[in-house]
Amino acid sequence: MLLRHTTTEIKERKALTVNPAKTCQPIGAMYASLGIHGCLPHSHGSQGCYAYHRSALTRHYKEPVLAATSAFTEGASVFGGQANLLQAIDNMFTVYNPDVIAVHTTCLSETIGDDIPQIVNKARAEGKVPEGKYVIHTNTPSYVGSHVDGFANMTRSMVDYFSESTGHKEKTINLIPGYVEPCDMEEIRRIAGELGIRTIMFPDTSKVLNGPMTGKYRMYPEGGVTTDALKKTGDSMGTVAMGALASGPAARALDAKCKVPCEIIDLPIGLHATDMLIDTLRQVAGVNVPESLTFERGQMVDIISDMHQYFYGKRVGLVGDPDQVLALTKFLVSLDMCPAYIITGTPAGKKYEKALREVTKDVPGEVKIKVPGDMLLFHQWIKQEPVDLLIGNTYVKYIARDEDIPFIRHGFPILDRVGHSYFPTVGYRGGMRLLEKILDALLDRKDRDSTDIEFELVM
Amino acid sequence: MTSIPILREREGQIYQKGREPFKMSCGKHSLAGSVSQRACVFCGSRVVLYPIADALHLIHGPIGCAAYTWDIRGALSSGPTLHRYSFSTDLREKDVIFGGEKKLYSALCQLIDAHQPKAAFVYSTCIVGIIGDDVEAVCKKVAKEKGIPVLPVHSEGFKGTKKDGYQAACDALFKLVGEGPTEAVSPCSINILGEFNIGGEAWMIRDYYKRMGVEVVSVMTGDGRVDDVRRSHGAALNVVQCSGAMTFLAEMMKERFGTPYIRVSYFGLEDQSKALYDVAAHFSDHPEIMAKTREIVREEISAVYPELQRIKPDLEGKRAAIYVGGAFKAFSLIKALRYLGMDVVLAGSQTGNEADYEMLRDMCDDGTVILDDANPLELSKYIIEKKADLFIGGVKERPIAFKMGIGFCDHNHERKIPLAGYEGMLNFAREVHATVTSPVWKFAPKAVIS
Ligand code: SF4
Ligand code: SF4
Repeated sequence: MLLRHTTTEIKERKALTVNPAKTCQPIGAMYASLGIHGCLPHSHGSQGCYAYHRSALTRHYKEPVLAATSAFTEGASVFGGQANLLQAIDNMFTVYNPDVIAVHTTCLSETIGDDIPQIVNKARAEGKVPEGKYVIHTNTPSYVGSHVDGFANMTRSMVDYFSESTGHKEKTINLIPGYVEPCDMEEIRRIAGELGIRTIMFPDTSKVLNGPMTGKYRMYPEGGVTTDALKKTGDSMGTVAMGALASGPAARALDAKCKVPCEIIDLPIGLHATDMLIDTLRQVAGVNVPESLTFERGQMVDIISDMHQYFYGKRVGLVGDPDQVLALTKFLVSLDMCPAYIITGTPAGKKYEKALREVTKDVPGEVKIKVPGDMLLFHQWIKQEPVDLLIGNTYVKYIARDEDIPFIRHGFPILDRVGHSYFPTVGYRGGMRLLEKILDALLDRKDRDSTDIEFELVM
Repeated sequence: MTSIPILREREGQIYQKGREPFKMSCGKHSLAGSVSQRACVFCGSRVVLYPIADALHLIHGPIGCAAYTWDIRGALSSGPTLHRYSFSTDLREKDVIFGGEKKLYSALCQLIDAHQPKAAFVYSTCIVGIIGDDVEAVCKKVAKEKGIPVLPVHSEGFKGTKKDGYQAACDALFKLVGEGPTEAVSPCSINILGEFNIGGEAWMIRDYYKRMGVEVVSVMTGDGRVDDVRRSHGAALNVVQCSGAMTFLAEMMKERFGTPYIRVSYFGLEDQSKALYDVAAHFSDHPEIMAKTREIVREEISAVYPELQRIKPDLEGKRAAIYVGGAFKAFSLIKALRYLGMDVVLAGSQTGNEADYEMLRDMCDDGTVILDDANPLELSKYIIEKKADLFIGGVKERPIAFKMGIGFCDHNHERKIPLAGYEGMLNFAREVHATVTSPVWKFAPKAVIS
């Protein structure tokens, strides 16, 4: 009983978050920045935040995560961080030689109100930015939104800084994959490739945060979208953005800036959402769906039909980032499962909550939803009435253990397992993996709990 | 191998023994634009106070600071587990504009009512310092209303380094010291300071002293309890783990209560034995304690000795690189690695001072690189140049070592097993052995930089 202080009785809490189901903006911005090739993320603030952000990403991806800091002192906190940032830009280009420096702010620099574009212009005027190199920025005050907003903001800044339209449309499609794992980004690209579509994906952390062991330490690994590709996004014939919260702002900005029409769809988690992705790509690019994808789809449907009896009516508790949670909820409902408790820590808004309600309107029994909520409330709900399965990040493991409920790790962060950065959960193949995980969890439990009489070889 | 440029401003923080006259310029703030591996004031206070399991730890600030420090250190508790929750005022934009005092007040009241903690620690993070909340006043008010100590921890990140966070934590703790009854405390009694019970280390060390016949009044702060801290001034001696984190408290207790202190390390056979002997020597009026201590040391060493001897030949002549937080940890590590027959080719720390580095210089062999506040590029450069087989560091260093195809041992946050004490030395030797001799390194080419 690790969470023995959790009470069953629920009291309204306004001023207090206990066991958060979110974290702060800069880490999302840092993650997005790492999806640009040759980019060094830079945290404009004091060094503590950035040390935490790097550690958290390192723990989740088990990869070196580089970023630099403005290393604010008390002086900078009073007089502003201009001198620090100017020196930082100079030092970074001299020593670490990145193609791009992606600056994000912390609470501190936000509150004292540093004007980053002005400082960057000054750096450029003073010759601190070498020819052909870039400094981009985004504002990420942590007292607004969550890590998801940080990701969305940095992704939008890629558009603001790089996208250009030459007036000549190319036959490429932009893909904005959302706040997903590096392997998910790769899988989305593969699917588009199967459809025969030329794509530009941004951000793209595949091969950056799931790289191979080569005996080499590379400051800038192979992957990531290049600045050239980013510029060309303005000439693409369309944009498909996945996950309204994480990818919507960039997609809309690109439409406004370069007149690239966008489709904003769910993260392609589960059968229906993957169908949506493929159908959207098909329409935007004017292509036909190849047999290979139809085959994968058939395999996924086959698994569901083989095992549908085990999904039926199972109550699930779900915590995570809003785009993920929405897609997962739809998927669970389509499996005849009952998402009973749904929490996201990110303040995702009324419209989002309404969407969740809409998806779960036919789920039998009461569906409890809290946006934004925290894991204490989630635990309290479970104490009042348990569920059959939990899905969420590593922190959910305390609840799973205390309440003895099967648990699948999904989302950010996952600190105690591997696999999430290598094996996708998007697309049909990712869906099959999710099905396998759900079934493993439920059936292992059934095996464990059944009496000698009920214990069966074939399930 | 390509050469790596070193920032000119950093040249004074890198030293190769035997090459040039030694003058480490340390204690400097990290350079803007550096990829420093250092953390902040808040981080320092959080790690020191974190293991007090029956206290409330409320982080006043935006969500990140609380989220990132939620149960990241496995400081075990034998009883309550309130410290494993993450409580945050989760400041929003509106609070930043209008101030967060009301929110803090209401959060504190709700939490104290719900959990009945023995005391509450309120950590101020950067932004609280900037918006100027009067945390002190709110704490005072709540303390009065709820009848428990509510202690502000002034840990605004930008106000210094992790070390300043240790000081802030000690300041907060010191407010508890002297508040409890001491009649029942034995004349042969100690406090253990700077031990955080990672993987149950405090339990082992506590047990050694108990077996010597010395009463342990409190461990600060491993498996900590508020009431123990309150009566800790009754102890005859403070035994401070060399990490440096709690020397401040020992100093304050010496000044106010006259409690003497000694510094020890629990890492490695040699230092651990010294830690016991030094305490025994302090109680020389009770010779039975020294006799008992000799017996314990003999017993404990003979229990681990045979296996250590079996491990040693495999490690003979292997090269280790050390990059840790406090310099004192490096001293013990060097001794322990030498005991295992290994050479230390790089020794660095995030927060060492001049005296620390002089000590390091004296301990190290010629050619050893000594580093202050290093970055990953420098670390990897010297790992290659010095052909290290093992890296000892923290979270951010782990994947760097692995990418370069050498072994790694965590001596910081992420350790799961106790490395202190006699058993701990054996654990350490096993871990080093497992990682350095892992067959996986045969599958990867050795490190080069590109
Ligand atoms: S530097 Fe400040 S804001 Fe950042 S983690 Fe430390 S206390 Fe929090
Ligand atoms: S919440 Fe703000 S202050 Fe805290 S770690 Fe995040 S950026 Fe830093």
